[in-house]
Amino acid sequence: MRINGVVHAAPVDPRRLLSDHLRHDLGLTGTHVGCEHGVCGCCTVLLDGAPVRSCLMLAVQAEGHEVTTIEGLAADGAPLHPVQQAFHECQGLQCGFCTPGFVMSVVGLLAQHPNPTAQQVDEGISGNLCRCTGYASIRRAVVRAAELSPSPRRGAISESSSSSPLRAQGRGEGGTKK
Amino acid sequence: MTTRWFGARVQRVEDDRLLRGHGRFTDDIDDGALESCIVRSPFAHARIRSIDVTAARAMPGVAAVYTAADLPFGQTDLPILIPHPNLTHGRTQRCLASEVVRYVGEAVVFVVAESRSVAEDAAELVQVEYEPLPVVITPESAALAEHLVHDDVPGNVAAELIQEAGAVEAALAASPRRKSLHFRFERGAACPMEGRAVWARWSAAEHRLTVYDSTQSPTSIRGGLAVLFGLPESNVEVIAPDVGGGFGPKIMLFYPDELLVPFAALKLGRPVKWTEDRQEHFTAVNQERGQVHEVEVGFDDDGKLIALDVDFIHDGGAYTPYGIILPIITAAQVPGPYRVPNYRVRFRDVYTNATPTSPYRGAGRPHACFVMERTLDAIAAELGLDRTEVRRRNLIEPDQFPYEVGVVWQDGNQVVYDSGDYPALVERALEMLGPRPEGDHIGMGLSPYVEGTGVGPYEGAHVQVLVSGKVVAATGIPNQGQGHATVWAQIVADQLGVDVSDVEVSSGDTRRFQWGVGTFASRAAIMAGNAMAVAAGMVAEKAKHIAAEHLEADPADLELAGGRVRVKGSPDRGIPLAAVAVLSNPMRYAFGGGTEAATQFAAKPRPGPPLLEGERPGLEATGYFSPVGSAWAAGCHAAYVRVDPKTYRLEILKYVVVHDCGRLINPLVVEGQIEGGVAQGIGGAFYERLAYDDEGQLRNASFMEFLMPYATEIPAIEIDHIETPSPLNPLGIKGAGEAGVIPVGAVLASAIEEATGVPITEMPLSPLKLFELVRAQS
Repeated sequence: MRINGVVHAAPVDPRRLLSDHLRHDLGLTGTHVGCEHGVCGCCTVLLDGAPVRSCLMLAVQAEGHEVTTIEGLAADGAPLHPVQQAFHECQGLQCGFCTPGFVMSVVGLLAQHPNPTAQQVDEGISGNLCRCTGYASIRRAVVRAAELSPSPRRGAISESSSSSPLRAQGRGEGGTKK
Repeated sequence: MTTRWFGARVQRVEDDRLLRGHGRFTDDIDDGALESCIVRSPFAHARIRSIDVTAARAMPGVAAVYTAADLPFGQTDLPILIPHPNLTHGRTQRCLASEVVRYVGEAVVFVVAESRSVAEDAAELVQVEYEPLPVVITPESAALAEHLVHDDVPGNVAAELIQEAGAVEAALAASPRRKSLHFRFERGAACPMEGRAVWARWSAAEHRLTVYDSTQSPTSIRGGLAVLFGLPESNVEVIAPDVGGGFGPKIMLFYPDELLVPFAALKLGRPVKWTEDRQEHFTAVNQERGQVHEVEVGFDDDGKLIALDVDFIHDGGAYTPYGIILPIITAAQVPGPYRVPNYRVRFRDVYTNATPTSPYRGAGRPHACFVMERTLDAIAAELGLDRTEVRRRNLIEPDQFPYEVGVVWQDGNQVVYDSGDYPALVERALEMLGPRPEGDHIGMGLSPYVEGTGVGPYEGAHVQVLVSGKVVAATGIPNQGQGHATVWAQIVADQLGVDVSDVEVSSGDTRRFQWGVGTFASRAAIMAGNAMAVAAGMVAEKAKHIAAEHLEADPADLELAGGRVRVKGSPDRGIPLAAVAVLSNPMRYAFGGGTEAATQFAAKPRPGPPLLEGERPGLEATGYFSPVGSAWAAGCHAAYVRVDPKTYRLEILKYVVVHDCGRLINPLVVEGQIEGGVAQGIGGAFYERLAYDDEGQLRNASFMEFLMPYATEIPAIEIDHIETPSPLNPLGIKGAGEAGVIPVGAVLASAIEEATGVPITEMPLSPLKLFELVRAQS
């Protein structure tokens, strides 16, 4: 699998979760684990551009796919990615634990909806739990991120990826909510 | 002091690494650590007949399996954190249970292995034989005491406390009108997004124990570990690294894992780590909010309070490690912002076979606010008066401060409100709320509240100007996302005349600052903020004295600005702080950023030794702040809500907050605290209920069933501030951490009652609960 543009060919224990593989085998500890049952969204990464829960996937399932983690959005020393920058400007984070998951979800959201409506914003972040901010600042950050994003189609994120069967499936995800 | 940074909406300095995925939370630390898991009781109350760990120990990859019998401190009761004379029957658990378990999730066996998966597999091989005992789960059944949680605690009562201000019996008897009311609260949970975690390493060569702990009180953990393991405190380092939310329950002395992990690291000579999973978090981490209140209120025909008599039971859970702080806070906070001429409050803290309780954001205050506000609504309903008008008639007036309530506070002192303007909060909230929206099934709620913040005893800070001109500032109080690094930097930058970006803050690391208490009770800003100002002020004075010699000026004529010490009125006559830092250290070989600048101010010959009596090298200082009493923040929330008549879904149409936490250090940070607090309050009022069954099993121990709100449940919140500075600390600030949560239940209950027409006397609610209430009434 390719992770943040780098090919990783090392063998992986078949029962290793993608989240554990990223964190403990590859040291990509920016991807956090908040519930291990696919509800909180802290572990959200992009799989071929679409947000997925890395705690609900085995690492081996990512074989042949492109995985993007929070560490892959902006190189060390380089300016923040527009979504990261917007979270900073709008104080869209406090403790920072849920933040990488939110940022990855919003990158996915803006790829699909470059200028999201208020409802699309709510739905786009409604697969992620935050216990610190009360979401208001995160909503503002999404709007700001859309302003900061240079063009509607950034990076390698494709529209078609939203139909991936591995799309995040928490109880709060998008239209399936309650 | 110039006030360039204090009060400004400074963007947070801690964000960059968190946004890049470079945060460092406890579970991110590895370093070849063995991993571990805890075998926990599946029963709420049972006698342990036998524990067999033979198969687990024999499993390949298992490093150690510990039962109580294997621990030198296995028969020691864990400490009661805050003893109290009325806690006559305090009981704490042992690190690992070996005789009786008293709640689901109580730790029994600790397994350490090469990996987490091996540890979990081995844990499944542990055989514990239990003999189930009768379970006491509701506070009401605990008070009835048909069964006992602890054999030697009669009536299941850990503590009872009665306080009275005025003469309640007589005043009630003389009241023209009286009402009896009953209120009930079920348990909720803080649920920070990061669970708890501990990592420990013993260095035999250095004789040093290093512990990373997702705690709200690393300095206290360090003190306890040093005693337990017989080490000098200087050989024990405890660090709270990035902590993914705390909200109260991450302060506890001790959770069993906080002893087990360091113990295993000492025994095994390898780093050991334990990371909680979400399911065990639901039963192993302290909870709160269970209380049952009986209220008798006397009032006159104008709706003015004459007497209030409150008798409540507090669900303490299986043990009382945190003493009786929670019911003490509730008892103290019921009167809130109102004049209650005669007030009596009695509580009993009772044992139940459930997870122990300790403060969770709000900590006994949401209950108190709910009781008072619901009582005022009941008075308004009986008299046919406007609810807000009844509140106006009872509010403490701005000229009544300092105001004595007549009951004791959590620090043992009397409750005395230091400053405030409660009527202004209410009127501003009404103004912001605006006209009622069109439509049916809409209700309005409004609730002012007070919050005792910033309890002592003290916090401290160390501030040092480096020879690079950069400033490092350290405090023992740890951070769980509140933006401490930013606000401390603002305070220090103002004192030293430097840019916020030049101040690097360290918190919660005993290697950097070894004294302190912890982050709780909305105390960090007041305690550590003022300590930072004290320490940085001392550094500024020292800088002036050193610079004065070289500028041939009187220190009183100098000021710190733009990274320099300069003569007031002649800004060109100055010396960079970096150079002052070099000069502060009379060493033989100078090096560092400020050296070149300092050489033009070469040390002038003076009689005596290079360091005169009382002088110390280095441009640094350590300062402390200790308050005479709590600062009382206040606010008012108001809302319009709509309850769907078919689904009973709650729609919050508008929610406004007026908040007074004294002088604002950083409005951006305070607003973040309020928005987060309101969201947690909405969750606690309408979605989050810990559902225990009669057997003491928690039936919704996952995020699938314990419904924390997503963005779709939380409305936009409009916030305004008024500032009545606290006279009790030099910066005039009051705490803000818990304010968002406190009145939310009261506001929503009032609004929902109006929208549905059914009396709301309990929390939390849910669509199903509302449906049942409406059906029961019709």
